[in-house]
Amino acid sequence: MPSLNDYLILSAILFTIGTAGVFVRRNLITILLSIEIMLNAVNLSFVAFGRALGTIEGQIIVFFVMTVAAAEAAVGLAIVIALFRHRESLNPDAFTALKW
Amino acid sequence: MLFYFFAALAIVASLLVIAQRNPVYSVLLLILSFGALSGLYVLLDAPFVATIQIIVYAGAIMVLFLFVVMLLNAPHEETDFDERTHPMLRPGPMRFGAVLALGLIAELAWALARSAPRSTFSNAPITSVAAIGRLLFTDYAFQFEVTSVLILVAMVGAVVMARREDHGAKR
Repeated sequence: MPSLNDYLILSAILFTIGTAGVFVRRNLITILLSIEIMLNAVNLSFVAFGRALGTIEGQIIVFFVMTVAAAEAAVGLAIVIALFRHRESLNPDAFTALKW
Repeated sequence: MLFYFFAALAIVASLLVIAQRNPVYSVLLLILSFGALSGLYVLLDAPFVATIQIIVYAGAIMVLFLFVVMLLNAPHEETDFDERTHPMLRPGPMRFGAVLALGLIAELAWALARSAPRSTFSNAPITSVAAIGRLLFTDYAFQFEVTSVLILVAMVGAVVMARREDHGAKR
């Protein structure tokens, strides 16, 4: 029977993988995917804490986090499409100029 | 035992997500990772979260990502760095980010090992979807409505930003 700490350690590992992805990758899509990994790691710890405390609020906030993640993905991908039209590139280093 | 299976699946799939150069594989592996997380939610007696994890995340958000990846048709990450790239952002110093991430996991593991007692899940589980819905529409009704406004704003914003600009000129 895994304890709360096991879930928290798993959540920490997943969050760190997401952080490393944001730092290491040079692709806007993969960076957005890494952010999704981080959001899911946080969701896991919310649900684990809610289960350990015997409350249902942990699942409620996961519902809101997923909604915000969906909104973020839609707007983020729209920005990616708009940027790609300008530069034909997904490399974040191509978007260093403020004006072109 | 199932916990370790799903945990290993989630970690390996997430690692492969950021190790891939092709975003299509990254998206598909992330769906696998979300499936493993959904199994973990079932183990945590949260069937509602497990279901919306599959339906909303794997079914809607990841399909949106996959659609954009295939729409842009730029599968491979560029490996060449042009001269505009800041020296600190070239491949060598960028590995420093991975080292920082290792530092973060070390700190988190240290904090967890030090502070939290090894508590097991002794409380009675609340698995009822009806209880979630009741709470969502009573105590959290305002937040729920605000969320709907947020989704509307995100939808309008996405449409406006992804629109081609010459459409606006023709109008």
